[in-house]
Amino acid sequence: MTTLVTATSRPALSRRFRLQWEAAQNAHVLLYPEGMIKLNASAGEILKRCDGEATVAEITAQLETAFEAAGLSNDVVAFLSMAAEKQWITVTA
Amino acid sequence: MDHGDGVNAADVNVAGVTAASDGAVGGAPAALPGPPLWLLLELTYRCPLHCVFCYNPTDFAQSGPELDTRDWLRVLHEARALGAVQLGLSGGEPLARDDLEVIVAEAHRLGFYINLITSGIGLDETRIAALKAAGLDHIQLSFQDSSKQMNDFLSSTRTFELKSKVAALIRQYDYPMVLNVVLHRYNIDHVDEILRMADQLGADYVELANTQYYGWAWQNREQLMPTLEQVRRAEAVTKRFRERAGRPMTIYFVVPDYFERRPKPCMNGLGSIFLTVTPDGTALPCHAARMLPGFDFPNVRTMPMAEIWRESAAFSHFRGHAWMKEPCRSCPEKARDFGGCRCQAYLMTGDAANADPVCDLSPHHHLVTEAVARAERAAAAHAAGALTPEERPLVFRSPANSMKLSSCR
Repeated sequence: MTTLVTATSRPALSRRFRLQWEAAQNAHVLLYPEGMIKLNASAGEILKRCDGEATVAEITAQLETAFEAAGLSNDVVAFLSMAAEKQWITVTA
Repeated sequence: MDHGDGVNAADVNVAGVTAASDGAVGGAPAALPGPPLWLLLELTYRCPLHCVFCYNPTDFAQSGPELDTRDWLRVLHEARALGAVQLGLSGGEPLARDDLEVIVAEAHRLGFYINLITSGIGLDETRIAALKAAGLDHIQLSFQDSSKQMNDFLSSTRTFELKSKVAALIRQYDYPMVLNVVLHRYNIDHVDEILRMADQLGADYVELANTQYYGWAWQNREQLMPTLEQVRRAEAVTKRFRERAGRPMTIYFVVPDYFERRPKPCMNGLGSIFLTVTPDGTALPCHAARMLPGFDFPNVRTMPMAEIWRESAAFSHFRGHAWMKEPCRSCPEKARDFGGCRCQAYLMTGDAANADPVCDLSPHHHLVTEAVARAERAAAAHAAGALTPEERPLVFRSPANSMKLSSCR
């Protein structure tokens, strides 16, 4: 099952996961029943913007502004596609 | 784990008893340990069930008085400050504590992800509503079997219908449905029925956890151990069930380690990510570790959690590799499996520093293969009508049996 993530998709964190900053690990983590996924910095920055309102294009623009970077679009789409496959996020067109 | 394009995320699966961290703790025993990511509070040994495979210590009836509410809240504060984030509330039956809602509310306020591990007995609509309001994240409901008769026999109670009602409440309150079924000789042939029941109940996750032989299960090991053929058949049934298209239901099949040739990376190494507090406040690096000799296990009534985690011998002794004996010491796999389970090494060989005898490199591996062979013979004899469970009765977990077992030690 592949979920198509495009620039106009609106990703939202799945209700089955909780995203939270953990100071002790210096990282964002995804919490779920009896488990935890420790996210690296970019994964955390992307997921915390997945509120079901912002489009992938808008999230990418936010990140490019925040980190003074350009051309992040492919990375963001690749990560969100993986996140959708792992059901960390749901995606509406 | 690399997901490409500079985006990767480390998986720390703390489900069950295995885990893989991103290397916070490794071969360097001198370094400060990482956080105790998984905090398990065994709030009480009281339990309405009498399961023959319970991992609680068989001498639980001699345990001291339970911590009071204030003590548990202090444990939560101190552990959270150390970086604990996954919280298991277990027992015994945690619902036997009438301050469970208070404990959950404080844990939620502190930012824990809260898992209630329960038989469901004592969970009515009033309590589940209060727990939901307090911030409980997840309920894991245990079932002994799919059939009412076997479920009630193995837990020595009449509870199956009650559990079905609890499962409905769990759905009604929008919790993910996580069912845990402990497998052994008497129910492992029912895996197909168990999975169909789970599907009908609307389970999102099913853990088919083969019995781990500690506590009461160790006491009953000869009767509970399935045969290799039973295990392989159950695995095949599970695989077929997974392949069936339909509602998504994640099934974990935890292979019984007696049938393996390499040990489980138990607790990711003692003192690595896991901290248990027993009802009387004893802090343990694993829920079975109280059996390990030579340790004066610290108590949260008298020692701060930071000192327990960072400095006590009970938590630091088995960090790193310095404690290992051969064949582990020179084994390239020690960084993956940490020599297996210390409790299993102690139970089977009398020395907790030995390799887990599940490993076929262990000079004690024959103890495991002999136990499996005995199970095969017992099953064959049973099939021929020569031996029935009634002739060697299972010992049910109860305060009375606990006192009996404590006094004959």
